[in-house]
Amino acid sequence: MEKVLAQRDVFGETLVELAHQDPRIVCLDGDLSTSTRADLMFEAYPERFLQMGIAEQNMFGVAAGIATMGFIPFISTFAVFAAKRALDQIRIVIAQPGLNVKFIGAYSGILTGKTGKTHQAMEDLTVFRAMPNVVSIAPIDGVEVRAAMRAMVAYNGPVYLRLTRDPMPIIMAENYEFKIGKAIVLREGHDISLIGTGEQTQRCLEAAKLLAEEGVQAYVLHVPTLKPLDNEAIVKAASATGLVVTAEDHSILGGLGGAVAEVLGEEYPVRMKRVGVKDTFGESAPNGPLLEKYGLTPRHIVEAAHTLLNYRKS
Amino acid sequence: MIGSAFPGNSDLTEIARNVRINIIRSVHHAKGGHLGGPFSAVELLVSLYFHELRIDPQNPSWEERDRFILSKGHSAIGLYAVMAERGFFPKEELMTFDAIDSRLQGHPDMTKTPGIDMSSGSLGQGLSAGIGIALGARMLGKDCRTYVMIGDGEAQEGQIWEAAFIASRYKLDNLVAILDNNKVQQFGWQYPMPLPPIDHPAQKFEAFGWNVIEINGHDFKEILDAFAAAKKVKGKPTIIIANTIKGKGISFAEGKYQWHARVPNDEELAQALVELEKAG
Repeated sequence: MEKVLAQRDVFGETLVELAHQDPRIVCLDGDLSTSTRADLMFEAYPERFLQMGIAEQNMFGVAAGIATMGFIPFISTFAVFAAKRALDQIRIVIAQPGLNVKFIGAYSGILTGKTGKTHQAMEDLTVFRAMPNVVSIAPIDGVEVRAAMRAMVAYNGPVYLRLTRDPMPIIMAENYEFKIGKAIVLREGHDISLIGTGEQTQRCLEAAKLLAEEGVQAYVLHVPTLKPLDNEAIVKAASATGLVVTAEDHSILGGLGGAVAEVLGEEYPVRMKRVGVKDTFGESAPNGPLLEKYGLTPRHIVEAAHTLLNYRKS
Repeated sequence: MIGSAFPGNSDLTEIARNVRINIIRSVHHAKGGHLGGPFSAVELLVSLYFHELRIDPQNPSWEERDRFILSKGHSAIGLYAVMAERGFFPKEELMTFDAIDSRLQGHPDMTKTPGIDMSSGSLGQGLSAGIGIALGARMLGKDCRTYVMIGDGEAQEGQIWEAAFIASRYKLDNLVAILDNNKVQQFGWQYPMPLPPIDHPAQKFEAFGWNVIEINGHDFKEILDAFAAAKKVKGKPTIIIANTIKGKGISFAEGKYQWHARVPNDEELAQALVELEKAG
């Protein structure tokens, strides 16, 4: 049977592992640890788990202060709150001074466990892409979460880690080494390029399978780091096929699709389509109907590919 | 030199006079910056940097130092004038305030100015950072203390009260907040009658579990006594509510919201300097 893991479970387990190796690591929780799985840190190291209550602005400020004392704070909260509730705090006392604070955005994207539009983070990548000094990472699976967290601790500076809620298959090999700012080619192909970020790259791989059934060979590039962006890999993906579909569980405005359009517009213009959440808020529903209604399934990626392939024909 | 300079109160008065002169000269030269807030905080800042804080201007990142955060970051020029007086950087550098490439930015920038422990400027944020430092110091077993100055207008920010709750919950007796209670904000409430930025701050902080000391924030003896008293209190953070006068020391600016961020013209500068030279 295919192995599945929830990114949040891996986050909690890896935080404990890293804390075991590195006494500088502490966790600040905005009372969401039983959802983000930072509660595993509480169980392992209660004295290094600082409950900050339901008060995100203060929590990010406290993280900045404790970082100046040599600690590496990991902040446990939802993507919506990291990207908006405490945004000015991140800007003033974390990003501008470049302090060594790691903050996760759990429950990112549209699949947030039937919580609806208030809790669905659609624009967090847009926000953090525009924020100088902040590294933004959206892993494809649990293995990449673990690898990315190791890289985050080795890196001195603010990092945003975008996580998802529900179990998904494992794509990356166990010995995979994550490099901040590096995109990875997951499939070679010469007909069309599918560029994904986060878990949505998994749906690119499924779309590639569907396309292969019709004889279309897709090149699949996974872009886990939205900033710094791997421009070179994106240009290479575009030049490999001349057509690009981007896919993200995020707004198409300013996220991966926006980033790729900016790079290609300046460096290697090709026709492209952005698959993601349109300029709209979501709603509460089970995952399947949400992916279907908001246009995020592998079939939607395939349809975007068809549109581009038809342009080429005509 | 490490530790307190311990000058007498008359020396502190002289330092405060020099600081005020340097503030108004810098603001006049830069044609920017704030006057009212820096002037209300002068005695508090001088007391911190020349008496209370365990610091070493030659080694501003000394790990065992006490930390200070000017959360009301728009009073930056007041802090710079005091730090220059204390030897963190040359006094001549004050004339670069707000100029391109200056280490002395309009709001405190820890990446540029030696001795700044936290960047600030967007109001309401410094107390939270101070909590982080105080928690970190406690976890490391360090005896350094953390001081955060907030404004009374700034206390309108919700984050101040998030922080007030958490500082108390973690019993941070190594944290001292100083409220520069100058009773005037940028414009505030003027109709049907003027109202102060915050009502009953002592009651509010007491209700949040803080040790509250209320003083005259221009009286060195009261300030130094308050710092000493704060050190004796265990199990709760202390806030010193320092009653001050916005624009203190310039007759035409005292208590006037119009001087929150006004730049003096040549005539006003000359008159202010005469008054400051005469002041006892």
